[in-house]
Amino acid sequence: MTNILIYCDIDEGAFELLSWGKKVKDSLHATISAVLLGKGAKGKAADYFAYGADKVYWSEQAALTDFYADVYADALFQIANTNDHDIVLIGSTRRGKELAARLAQKMQAGCITDAGGIELKGQDLVVHRYTLGGNTLSSEVLKTAKKVISVLPKSFEKGPKSAGQGEAVEVSLTLKEPKTKIVEKKGKAGDAVSLEDAQTLVCIGRGLNKKEDLPLVETLAKTLNAEIGCTRPLSHEWQWLSEQREVGLSGKKCKPRLCVELGISGQIQHTVGIRDSKVIVAVNKDKTAPIFEMVDYGIVGDIYEVVPKLSEKLKTV
Amino acid sequence: MDIIVCLKQNVDMKQIRIKRDTREAVIEGLPLLFGDMDRNALEEAVKLKEKAGSGKVVALAMGSAKLKDTIKDALAGGADEAVILIDPLFNTLSSTGKAKVLAKAIQKIGKFDVLMVGEGSTDNYSGQVGPRLAEILDLPALTYVRQMEFTGGKMKATRNMEESFEVVEAALPVLAAVTSGINEPRIPSLMQILKAARKPLQEWNAAALGLTAADFAQNETEVLSNLAPVEQRKKIIYEGKIDENITSLVDSLIKEGVLRG
Repeated sequence: MTNILIYCDIDEGAFELLSWGKKVKDSLHATISAVLLGKGAKGKAADYFAYGADKVYWSEQAALTDFYADVYADALFQIANTNDHDIVLIGSTRRGKELAARLAQKMQAGCITDAGGIELKGQDLVVHRYTLGGNTLSSEVLKTAKKVISVLPKSFEKGPKSAGQGEAVEVSLTLKEPKTKIVEKKGKAGDAVSLEDAQTLVCIGRGLNKKEDLPLVETLAKTLNAEIGCTRPLSHEWQWLSEQREVGLSGKKCKPRLCVELGISGQIQHTVGIRDSKVIVAVNKDKTAPIFEMVDYGIVGDIYEVVPKLSEKLKTV
Repeated sequence: MDIIVCLKQNVDMKQIRIKRDTREAVIEGLPLLFGDMDRNALEEAVKLKEKAGSGKVVALAMGSAKLKDTIKDALAGGADEAVILIDPLFNTLSSTGKAKVLAKAIQKIGKFDVLMVGEGSTDNYSGQVGPRLAEILDLPALTYVRQMEFTGGKMKATRNMEESFEVVEAALPVLAAVTSGINEPRIPSLMQILKAARKPLQEWNAAALGLTAADFAQNETEVLSNLAPVEQRKKIIYEGKIDENITSLVDSLIKEGVLRG
């Protein structure tokens, strides 16, 4: 019997992992348990059962009120250890990814982070993840007795909620003080965009000369009813757009029906994030830009000339 | 302030080519570099030391024999000395193994105030080694660091989390994992490059760290395949008359059924 333990600091992420667990548990002869920690943990158990948890281990101990990776790793370690869980799946949010590595170290487990998918091959879990800077997609199996895998959000589809029932177990954990202290939390400017869910995406890159030219892109996006994404320099170096809009290896991985790439050369660090689009279109003035190797339709031309005309044309459709 | 910076040697990811027939990545013969965030970590270390007014920055890296060349980038970039870890046993290590080797080397280097790493490497961006080192060495860890300063006897860092910037502090010694955007790594002057050749450089193998093959007995992951995904795209490229091309493009998109609806 395999016992799989699931945790994500974002409930939606946990629901995705649970939905996957529910699908594979019979083939793996597995039980699916989840962990809920911190304030309000107990009250969430019903939702976790509804998405497929057989069991929920919960604790609302004061030491778990804030997320400290060292304390949370200790909590998960104690739960996994005393309840005989050899496979732990963690949502690969920033907190989750750090947690996975720490937990693996404590469990003496092999670990793969940022998995984009898991397939079953017999009783083995074949984990897919990008390597070599996004150039290749690797399929790997952990050979260690204990395994920790962190899975990127949106890798699995959230299944329907059912009238699931399970066992809620309150755990009593021996926790130390965190070694760091949170002194302040500053909210980020409210850009609640969810590029992963966009049906149509318009991405802009270095071909945009200045921030003031963004309306060029916005007009096209509005016409297409699209969300706007960008390459890393625009969100991080120049901060013309919020970090939530970075598409690529270190940003969002999107699966729109249509993705329009504007002034983007096509470096792999970005294109990893659009590879799963149904149709890819690019506009770039450089005929030799690598982006044209991975498009369905490309227009060789200056975005400043092509994009306004394209927006106008689309308005007539 | 004494700082150890861990750096990972990688081939230049931007120069990787894919074999058309097999979809394999060609990495042989490509230039070797330290990762982008590793260079941010080094730059931040040098800045912290400069601000403190005393101390030293030790660059610590594990890699192939060519590391003797690559490490000069770190010495030119401001590290005062360097330790390189080279041994055939280190060649195919998982994150568990890498963390084990680095921890041994860090303990051998001795006392430090800050252990700096990049948040992820340019090849896999696994981000495992930093948190694993924090566990092994029992250090407070500041991760996803976008900004940091030593103030009031503590290291204070702004962590770039999904929903917020989290300001966190910890007593020294501390581990810090930095993200890109924390600084712009300096471009070494010719003088700094020349001086780098004369800075102290030590090379340690497994035996020097008290490690043997038995310490790395387990093969943690089996890679079933590692190939570039197949791009099945139409690659219809329009050149020349823009108005006509736009009309053709829009017609195609309507046929594809990807406009609205």
